[in-house]
Amino acid sequence: MSLLDVNHLDVRFALRGGDVRALRDVCFSLDRGERLGIVGESGAGKSVAAFTLLNLIAQPGYIAGGSIEFDGQELIGLSDRKLRKVRGHRMSMIFQDPMMTLNPVLTIGEQMVECLKAHRRISTRQARTISINRLQQVQIPSPEARLDQYPHELSGGMRQRVIIAIALLLDPDIIIADEPTTALDVTIQAEIMALLLELCETHNVGLILITHDLGVVSQVTQRMLVMYAGRVIEQGPTREIINDPQHPYTQGLINALPQMATPGERLNQIPGSMPSLSKLPSGCAFHPRCGFVERPDGSHRSACHEEVPAFVTSGNCQAACHMVAEMIESERIPAEEQD
Amino acid sequence: MIAFLIKRLFHALLVMFVISLISFAIQDNLGDPIQQMVGQSVPESEREALREELGLNDPFAVQYMRFVANAAQFDFGYSYIFNEPTTQVIMRHLPATLELVAATTFLIIVLSVPIGVYSAIKPRAWLSRFFMGASIVGISIPVFLTAIVLIQIFAIGVSWSPFPTDTGWGSWLNELVSTQGGMPAYGRGNPIPVFGTWETNFASLEGLSYLVLPAISLASIMLPLFIRLIRAEMLEVLQSDYVKFARAKGISPRRIYFLHALKNTMLPVITVGGVQIGTLVAYTILTETVFQWPGMGLMFLDAIERSDIPLIVTYLMIVGLIFVITNTLVDLIYGLINPTVKLTGKPA
Amino acid sequence: MTTLTTRQTSRWERFRDSYLLYSFKRDLIAQVSLLVFILLVGAALLAPWLAPMNPYDLAQINILASELPPFWVDGSDPMYLMGTDAQGRDLLSTILYGLRVSLIIGFGAVAMQATLGVCFGLLAGYLGGRVDAFLMRLADIQLSFSTLMVAIIVGALFKAIFGGATFSDYAVPLLVLIIGLAEWPQYARTVRASVLAEKGKEYVDAARVMGLPSRRIMFRHILPNTLSPIFVISTVQVANAIISEAALSFLGLGMPETQPSLGSLIKSGFDYLQSGSWWITLIPGLVLVVLVLVINLLGDWLRDVLNPRLYKG
Repeated sequence: MSLLDVNHLDVRFALRGGDVRALRDVCFSLDRGERLGIVGESGAGKSVAAFTLLNLIAQPGYIAGGSIEFDGQELIGLSDRKLRKVRGHRMSMIFQDPMMTLNPVLTIGEQMVECLKAHRRISTRQARTISINRLQQVQIPSPEARLDQYPHELSGGMRQRVIIAIALLLDPDIIIADEPTTALDVTIQAEIMALLLELCETHNVGLILITHDLGVVSQVTQRMLVMYAGRVIEQGPTREIINDPQHPYTQGLINALPQMATPGERLNQIPGSMPSLSKLPSGCAFHPRCGFVERPDGSHRSACHEEVPAFVTSGNCQAACHMVAEMIESERIPAEEQD
Repeated sequence: MIAFLIKRLFHALLVMFVISLISFAIQDNLGDPIQQMVGQSVPESEREALREELGLNDPFAVQYMRFVANAAQFDFGYSYIFNEPTTQVIMRHLPATLELVAATTFLIIVLSVPIGVYSAIKPRAWLSRFFMGASIVGISIPVFLTAIVLIQIFAIGVSWSPFPTDTGWGSWLNELVSTQGGMPAYGRGNPIPVFGTWETNFASLEGLSYLVLPAISLASIMLPLFIRLIRAEMLEVLQSDYVKFARAKGISPRRIYFLHALKNTMLPVITVGGVQIGTLVAYTILTETVFQWPGMGLMFLDAIERSDIPLIVTYLMIVGLIFVITNTLVDLIYGLINPTVKLTGKPA
Repeated sequence: MTTLTTRQTSRWERFRDSYLLYSFKRDLIAQVSLLVFILLVGAALLAPWLAPMNPYDLAQINILASELPPFWVDGSDPMYLMGTDAQGRDLLSTILYGLRVSLIIGFGAVAMQATLGVCFGLLAGYLGGRVDAFLMRLADIQLSFSTLMVAIIVGALFKAIFGGATFSDYAVPLLVLIIGLAEWPQYARTVRASVLAEKGKEYVDAARVMGLPSRRIMFRHILPNTLSPIFVISTVQVANAIISEAALSFLGLGMPETQPSLGSLIKSGFDYLQSGSWWITLIPGLVLVVLVLVINLLGDWLRDVLNPRLYKG
């Protein structure tokens, strides 16, 4: 049994024009110390998934169904009191924009100590010692002085280090990092990512990394999910998906990477844009942008805009695509005929 | 911080300069001290001599400098009505107004913060909706009308008998919808002297009872504004990333609301609200008129009615000074609470 | 210039119309407020035909019939539905005429402050530099003094300059001017903020590169984009102007009792509150509150629908 088991998660936003489904039938799991990447364009539901894990979806969003089992405990429907014991303690979170994440009117020390005191019965002095220790681990110079500084006195990179230190304060089992480097300078991005990776390895902390950067995912994570319009469309070991993507969308994402383009020519890009969640196309949500709705022989695959594709297994990976399903089917039939 | 203070001080001086210029222009154009001193019968030649002697024929700038020099020593001349130095008249009326404003500020803070915070935390609760509805009604009632209604209900009393008086429950209900009246609503009563010309209403229950109605009606004009302001700011802060992050850390809601969110909410509220508290002085003119509260506002209206130009000018200068002091204090408090002010010299 | 403005307004209205109408149909409070507002404005406009008497006509006033209560109180006279005031004027007629005066001053004062504020705001935002610093400092000072205080001071000055009798004769235009002078900073700050936001956009740069004169850029290109916040402020400002007028009249710096607005009616009745004649004060007071309340409710609704960037504070 995994440390974290997410099954058939269904999250909706109650808007005036009716419910908008932000997550549909999302399933995944995470083992202790494992690093999982969640990839997709903005609006695919990555961040919603991250916030849902800690049940931090704000009004008008709500969890309409599914289960989140963490270390044998069901998190959905848990009282706020019990949830708070999980948040920041066993599962912590790193936000996207370090400039906005720390409270501007409280010192770094106050924001660290309050987190320790919320979960452990310790004195302020002990809490400060632990905080200083953590700040050292994230390689912040003169950590003692930092405790009495306010966030605006630190640079963006320094603030993200502080946030990582806060996330690590209570030795959590899982850290959820929502685009932890997107808002930073390019030169600092790699530094912060390397630090996060190193800390996760030395402390044996599981990581759920949400990003749109396939390069980072391939360097940091062992397994990955690709999301599109609120659904998981492909998942499996990172190496296998990067090397041999099954779903046309994943293929498109990888082809769009700058290093895949021939120098001097235009970058490859997926035509069109992500549909609005309130006006999803029928069948496979990707079909209006997909180049494989027509079969190679020119015939039309009507299933693409009629049925939501189910997962098919190919090697260690799973993909939700009618074309992939057909290909696997056609490979298996000749194999059976040979028998 | 020092640069910040100097900047505020410079701003304050600039404001006082503009106010003094306006005040002087009023005095120069409207007040004719010769007329006041000698009356109609004195011939024009004598008047002219007096004019020359008093320096009234000097150039504008020279006269203005003299005005400022006197003003710096709080010398604004004699009041026509009271026949004594205007500053003395103002000092006698100042405590009544300041006490009224203080009591009102207390009411506003004590009521607006909890109500505003509550309606931001629970925006859908019926009580929040009630507060929001009541606040827009409150904004729509002029302060003098609130005062009049309060006088009718609590000072004069309302005897209303919509229910049959010959039954027990009927007269009980009639008593319920009627009020006795009897609350003091005229003047200050017998305030207790503290020192000098300062007499206070805060020292006795009887004194406080005279403050109740005027303070409530004065508060009624600002309370809705404050509640709406605090609610709006708090709602915005509750959407912020740092509040979400605090939730993700597993901090208790109480600490999130009353430390993380409230501290950030109060920053804009202090700047906007502080200025509003200063403007309460203007609204005292209305409440003091209704309740005949012997403060500066009532005195000012009297001065206008009787064209007591020196007293009007002194009032303007003193009120300008009060506004400048409150605004500077507000900036100072803001600077002390907001940690980002120290470095940059201006609010971020 | 006028034809230009109307053309731009109607284009803007067409743009907003569909959504405005849609949300209006779903908002009961907005519908009731508009209905009450139209009824009040209609009653004020038709006052000479609706009112049983003409309160300005001394011949119609019967001093013996003074301080009669409204019809539901004992001792009332069916001739005077809402009772009479201390001078024996029919209260209903006086309220209708007073409502008219209050509305004229309210709308007039807002037109005045909008004109002043929009011009100063456009100048400050577009020209920047010294002009901007001077105008905004002036606005700051005025706002820190509170608009009511400024109105009282300006009112007192006018009264001192013109003398009481002249002031009474020209009370309506003078009050429009007083309240306009006191409240322009609200507009100026909002317009300036919108101008600064619009100024950075490409279309303004494009217009400047094309060599259009700055007056043309301001009025044809920038102003239409600031109309939404101006419109929202205007509703609230009409309510404020009506209250300001009432406050000034209550202090004796407004409409004379011979030509009463709602505010001066409340004032004239206040002296008779102690003797039990509450209706002279409270009935016009109620009309005033209802009028201001429905305008504020409409303003709230508009703000929610148009959601413009308003200058905070």
